[in-house]
Amino acid sequence: MANRTIVPFGPQHPVLPEPIHLDLELEDETVMQALPSVGYVHRGLELLAEHHDYLDMAHVAERICGICSFIHSQGYCQTVEGLMGLEVPPRAVYLRTMWAEISRIQSHLLWFGLVADAFGYESLFQHSWRIREQIVDIIEETAGGRVIYGTCKVGGVRRDVDNETLQRIGRHIREIEAEYNELADIFRNDRTIRKRTVGIGMLEPENAHALGAVGPVARASGIAFDGRRLGYAAYPELDWEPVVEQAGDSFARCEVRLREINQSFDLIAQCIARMPDGEIEVSIKGKRPQGEVMGRLEQPRGEVCYYMQADGKKNLQRFRVRTPTFANIAPLVHMLKGCDLADVPVITLSIDPCVSCTER
Amino acid sequence: MTVPWYSISALVTKSALHKPATRLYPFEKRAPYARTRGHIQFKIDDCNYCGICAHKCPTHAIVTNKKAKTWAIDHTLCILCNSCVDECREGCITLSNHPLAPLGPADVARFREEYQAPPPPPPTEVELTPRDPAAP
Repeated sequence: MANRTIVPFGPQHPVLPEPIHLDLELEDETVMQALPSVGYVHRGLELLAEHHDYLDMAHVAERICGICSFIHSQGYCQTVEGLMGLEVPPRAVYLRTMWAEISRIQSHLLWFGLVADAFGYESLFQHSWRIREQIVDIIEETAGGRVIYGTCKVGGVRRDVDNETLQRIGRHIREIEAEYNELADIFRNDRTIRKRTVGIGMLEPENAHALGAVGPVARASGIAFDGRRLGYAAYPELDWEPVVEQAGDSFARCEVRLREINQSFDLIAQCIARMPDGEIEVSIKGKRPQGEVMGRLEQPRGEVCYYMQADGKKNLQRFRVRTPTFANIAPLVHMLKGCDLADVPVITLSIDPCVSCTER
Repeated sequence: MTVPWYSISALVTKSALHKPATRLYPFEKRAPYARTRGHIQFKIDDCNYCGICAHKCPTHAIVTNKKAKTWAIDHTLCILCNSCVDECREGCITLSNHPLAPLGPADVARFREEYQAPPPPPPTEVELTPRDPAAP
């Protein structure tokens, strides 16, 4: 029997900007077991929610994560609105959907750059982040911030975008999409990338289901579940189908995200074309959240769940967020079993981990 | 394998002939967008010290005093959420598109004189549910 050695991976590792720690038990170069440990950036969000005004918490929820910032605030506001029984005006719903899809594109392009960097493709990394910069400029133009949108509030959105700007953005994203397609084709057809991803980090459909994989990780294993199908925001009125791949390897997970970027460009164009006129917020005067509710949304990394309990006071009684990366850590440990040590960074990045989200 | 080589070389040629994607920063500065959240500006002449901005501020960055007629904002606490700009009835709080330069030593000293930290918000009573000894 060969010697067993334990190699620590993280919490500070060149390919991962965030602190996740894996203890890799190796037999020669093969990973026999991976033990994850998290808890390096815990911020105590749940206790914070019990002490702060529920309206102010929308700002805190947006800061759970810098990459999926808008969808966190959208999820928080949507769940509180569910507790209060508020009906958000259609224009606000469409604006939220548009911003959520812009946020998804910038998140996937960020991941695209990081995964290219993990392969050693630094030029691809820089090209993808150059495209992402144009998306971030759109965010700044419409919302005012580059990372934190600050546009979502309980009862609607804080800022309106005039139709002329929307039309201009609609034309601009088509140009960005053409640029992005060139890069995606390079990623898909490159021999080195295929060699390092095809058939590596396998997650079979039954295991994906049993281990509770969510988002692109589950969809790459043939599970056709997308949280946007649950019928929140404007998604039921838009024409789209969840992106599903059958292979279940690292390449399939990359392919799902690459195709989802194109899908998000389409969804933004549809939102702009069907943008209704009217109010962007409803008054919440005299209303307080009361009861218990569970909200589910689709983030770039998968399904996020919000649990809330309130008793009509100005602060929530209980607030808990289950983030997608937390659900995807168990499938990651399964994927790492039996892989080569050199493939660990690429497999880890193929689930697109967001540790700040996970630890809240 | 001809297609990727063709697309890669086409991209490389295009990038070589294209103007740089970056700016020569200190000499060439980007014009901010009309909505860019730079920093909060305040006109004290119109202010009636009602204190709504301080009440609405989610981070308690604004401190007003009606008797002493003072208004101060801690720019390091401000998250530029625009609540004060939206709520100000007199229109004396505005948003500038230009980000605030980092505070110099003189600014910090002046700021400490002008700004008195607000009292901490009262802690909310949280009822602790007693643990059931029979539960595992």
